[in-house]
Amino acid sequence: MSNPPLTGEARLAQLAQSKAARKRKDRIVEGILLMAACVSVFTTLAIVYILVKESVLFFTHVPLWDFLTDTQWTPLFDDAHFGISVLLAGTISSSMVALLIAVPLGTIIAIYLSEFAGHKTREILKPILELLSGIPTIIYGFFALLVVTPLLQMVMPELPTFNILSAGLVMGIMIIPYVSSLSEDAMRAVPMSLREGSYALGATRFQTATRVVVPAALSGIASAYILGISRAVGETMILAVAAGMQPNLTLNPLQSAATVTSFIVQVALGDLPHASIGYQTIFAAGLTLILLTLSFNLLGYWLRRKFREAY
Amino acid sequence: MNQTVNSKERLRAIIRSRKRWDVIFGILGLLAMSVGILTLVALFAQMIIDGLPRLTSDFFTNFPSRRAGQAGIVSAWVGSLLVMFVTALFAIPVGVASAIYLEEYARKNWFTDIIEINITNLAGVPSIVYGLLALGLFVYTFGFGQSILSAGLTLALLILPIIIVSTREALRAIPQMVREGAYACGATKWQVCSDHLIPYGMPGILTGVIIGLSRAIGETAPIITIGALTFIAFLPPVPFTGEPAAGMFDWLFSPFTVMPIQIFNWTSRPDPAFHANAAAASLVLVVLTLSMNATAIWLRYRLRKNLKW
Repeated sequence: MSNPPLTGEARLAQLAQSKAARKRKDRIVEGILLMAACVSVFTTLAIVYILVKESVLFFTHVPLWDFLTDTQWTPLFDDAHFGISVLLAGTISSSMVALLIAVPLGTIIAIYLSEFAGHKTREILKPILELLSGIPTIIYGFFALLVVTPLLQMVMPELPTFNILSAGLVMGIMIIPYVSSLSEDAMRAVPMSLREGSYALGATRFQTATRVVVPAALSGIASAYILGISRAVGETMILAVAAGMQPNLTLNPLQSAATVTSFIVQVALGDLPHASIGYQTIFAAGLTLILLTLSFNLLGYWLRRKFREAY
Repeated sequence: MNQTVNSKERLRAIIRSRKRWDVIFGILGLLAMSVGILTLVALFAQMIIDGLPRLTSDFFTNFPSRRAGQAGIVSAWVGSLLVMFVTALFAIPVGVASAIYLEEYARKNWFTDIIEINITNLAGVPSIVYGLLALGLFVYTFGFGQSILSAGLTLALLILPIIIVSTREALRAIPQMVREGAYACGATKWQVCSDHLIPYGMPGILTGVIIGLSRAIGETAPIITIGALTFIAFLPPVPFTGEPAAGMFDWLFSPFTVMPIQIFNWTSRPDPAFHANAAAASLVLVVLTLSMNATAIWLRYRLRKNLKW
């Protein structure tokens, strides 16, 4: 150090100065962190802005009434029809198949892991099950098309190569961990004293699980189902690969059909000029999709509030 | 006397039948688990049987080709690597910074409430919607085109909620006394964060980052939506090479393909020879994502074991 150490007033002034500098730096850092936190808000705003902007352009060409009531979906033909119900039918039937798999299996697995399985079994089985949700969905699509569909065709020879059933089945298995993990968390959060009370009255495990734990955890289980539904509705690649992309107004899972999501993929795979009606269509489809998942999320939020049991 | 014996017997029968339900449900639970596990086994078996013979070193160094036997994944894995690099570069700083802000700086008011609700909601938005966002915003409004930069930023926005949530959990697990001790020594908020909270929360933060990236590397839908080409027989330009020499950042704006898109492309062809290619590429992708997940689980395990406050 070339400077002699400061003493008295000068030293105090120097300390005050460095403190002020630190404070200033802290404020700058806080500003930067705040900006980072706002990125997620901007993302939401941008999603809403982009979807609404392009959809408004779309609805200047296509009346909302036609969009909701037309029974044909042929946006890229000369005789264009824009009936979203065709795509929604595909989304609904595939989600139904998936939920028919995921909800019963997921609930049984959750009850089993939370109430029946020992500590060791749970520690081993749970991560294996969660691998199911870690596998990229394109690989599930591949699996549905090349393994599940041929297997189903052995039983039902008239099943087309592209069908909702096999896509929905595989999607259901993919969703199992979402349903089971959240349900299990809800069940494990039920206080031990309730179980002890039930066992003390002589109830078996099965009775305790179905009549005490499940009702007490109902709000959590319901929101797990809702999450499963919104996963199924938003799932894209399995359907795009295995369900075919033919718009088809049917709820029959044995046929091929397009969904809201797989239609977007189909259009994106083609070469559509920017600002054409076809280009705007996928944003209208996207807006429909996000309104659908948003309403499910709100429903889940409401269910959690309404049926929450406080202990 | 006879009646008591009788009612005892009846009681035993009731208990037996109730206990039987316990056993039945236990078996049912195992059966339900085995559906999931068997699916995993079948998935892997199919990928290994169909794909393993194709996994030669040529497969990793060849470009996609019209002839299935000569096709490879070099453009796909290079593309995936570069896209992940952009994603990580954007998502990690922004995600960690938002988490620190929300956990350590933010006062409880309507604005932070909005940010929190918003993050929860973003986590539930289907991935294809991010693709539409990217198509409208990055590709056309910002003019980034169908490039590595667009794809990387899209996936970064997609995994941002995952990183934020796990970083917040990691920060929350650090006991209050660490902060109090540092403040008592006169540290500012940022000094507390950068010198204590971030290093101590590192395993948790890394877990979130790895899980986020493993999700991003398998995402297909948003990348298809921005219109990434599926037949790419060249690599992005290496900086300062070629004729004329490529700029430092030219690769960011280069067309690209990624592993999941290559798999999609091969799956949607009718020729079974291409399906073998898809199986092989799927095997590579799945091993990659699962080993990333395993690393995350291992990190979490180490975190639990070594850290005792």
